[in-house]
Amino acid sequence: MTDPVTNSEKYHTTYPAPYHVTKAAFLTDATICISCKACEVACKEWNEVPDDGMIWSGFSYDNTQALGASTWRHVMFLEQPAVAGPQQVDMENPFRWIFLSDVCKHCGNAGCLEACPTGAIVRTHVGSVLVQSDVCNGCGYCVVSCPFGVVDKRHPDGRAFKCTFCYDRQSAGMIPTCAKACPTQSIRFGELSELREVGDARVAEMQARGYGDAQVYDPLQTSVGGTHAMFVILGQPESYNLPPAPEVPTIYLESAWMSALVSALVLAAIVCAAFLL
Amino acid sequence: MAATDNPGAPNRPPGRPKASEERLDAIRKEASSTGKVVTGAGRINANVPIPGAEDYYNLPVLKPPTWTWEVPLYFFVGGIAGMSALIAFVGHLFHADPRMVRVALWIPLVGAGLCPALLISDLGRPLRFLNMLRVFKWRSAMSMGSWILSAFGGAAFLALATNELILYGVQSPFLPPLRWVGEFAGALTGLLLASYTGVLIGATAIPVWHENRLLLPGHFLTSGLGGSSAILELFGFLVPATQILGFAAAGIETLIGFILELRNGRVHAPLHHGKSGWTMRIAGSLEGPIALLVRILWHGSANGRYAAAACFLVGALCSRYAWIWAGRASALDPQALFQLQRKG
Repeated sequence: MTDPVTNSEKYHTTYPAPYHVTKAAFLTDATICISCKACEVACKEWNEVPDDGMIWSGFSYDNTQALGASTWRHVMFLEQPAVAGPQQVDMENPFRWIFLSDVCKHCGNAGCLEACPTGAIVRTHVGSVLVQSDVCNGCGYCVVSCPFGVVDKRHPDGRAFKCTFCYDRQSAGMIPTCAKACPTQSIRFGELSELREVGDARVAEMQARGYGDAQVYDPLQTSVGGTHAMFVILGQPESYNLPPAPEVPTIYLESAWMSALVSALVLAAIVCAAFLL
Repeated sequence: MAATDNPGAPNRPPGRPKASEERLDAIRKEASSTGKVVTGAGRINANVPIPGAEDYYNLPVLKPPTWTWEVPLYFFVGGIAGMSALIAFVGHLFHADPRMVRVALWIPLVGAGLCPALLISDLGRPLRFLNMLRVFKWRSAMSMGSWILSAFGGAAFLALATNELILYGVQSPFLPPLRWVGEFAGALTGLLLASYTGVLIGATAIPVWHENRLLLPGHFLTSGLGGSSAILELFGFLVPATQILGFAAAGIETLIGFILELRNGRVHAPLHHGKSGWTMRIAGSLEGPIALLVRILWHGSANGRYAAAACFLVGALCSRYAWIWAGRASALDPQALFQLQRKG
């Protein structure tokens, strides 16, 4: 079967059951997304995620606004005064409408996992990052340690929640429900290394078609060390609320502890001096 | 009745009911005059600016801290308890007034009782507090803090219990060495307890916190030291040692306040503007220059020292809240994050 996007035999997008991967990954493609929000709905239904508020935001059609404890897929709506690739109409008032389904990045070095003091957050056998709800005690440290602002505490439940990468489905040989529900294969699921190649191929193809600002968002150069959820985007990461250079907060630990040690020695000396003088 | 011709809207397809068109126009008019279309988090519909490449509707990238009032109060109490244990150990070592050492040993035990209570009540699932001691993780400052607090509690209890037994006249060759062990362990874990909170918020994704990570541990330690010395003064121990510690703490806090005031750039904006900025300034002045000035002006009078001690305590407490609020403001400002990451 030939892949409709890459026209390649290799990257076919059928998922023979049972479909198991060794390193799971998402590749979410803004150039294919039609903003149907089927991923949001499928995620809510399968994972029994509660209501996250009914707010008319006024931000295009994005009334979901952000990922959170009860929002594990989030379709963004970007309205930009820019030319959409080889657009030839109304060049004086260029306009493009872009959609992208955001999700937990399942970082190579995950801030939430490093920060979790209870061991509730673990790395699964497919490389994803999972919050074990039966262990989490809701201390909230993962919330401030996520460089992408994904995980959050759910009220009134009290525990932290985020995308599970459908660990239950994957364990049973099924693909995550959002990828299953996506009608355009904007959300692809598969092996991390293979999807990296698919992403590069897709960007090359989009650039050849005149979308010069197509790129893969996968922060491999920073301490996050790449993500298990990559994105093909048009334009800058900032316009998708994706941090341009995310860092795992543990890189700040060493300097902070050194500073604590030096300060402690200085203050201990001051206390000694105060009693000696 | 259908409106077939409307000169005000040439592109409008004919055949729409006029009443609904009029209603729409009325809504638009009302929207542009009141500026109110959306309630809640939305923005004004009329003249909606199309977002450029700089942000996503200025929505925050990061999640603000979920910690409630207990956590900054814990920072305050933990700092005082920890540094009080250090004062007790050093005071005992250099033959300070035993009555003062005794109070300085009681403060850590009261703190070691209050701190877990505050932390547990902040948990989303308080009954699972013991999960904090499920693992030992060097790379999680929260995990280290849990172990530090537990060890500190044990040391504070050992030091106080042996000291009290000795004071009640219990004769045992084991008590004095045990007291030294307890006091030394209390001083050591106390230093960790008072400083790790700075590391805890310094090693997060919140820009204003991690950009001040070198300052925070010293800042929190100094507040703890000045605070415990101030409590000893308020208990009536107006000895030279507490005076020197009061001067030193207020002096260092003045310096830290000065450095914070000089910090510029959007990342540090929460230190200067809004609720967090003003609290930070007022609190910093109270525990820094004001406490220092009161101490200099009335250094000979007991009331002057009480006033300086009270100023320092209030300032130290408010500054903890200011830091948490600053983190909240920082998390809600996507531009600060983008500028920082693009620069670096």
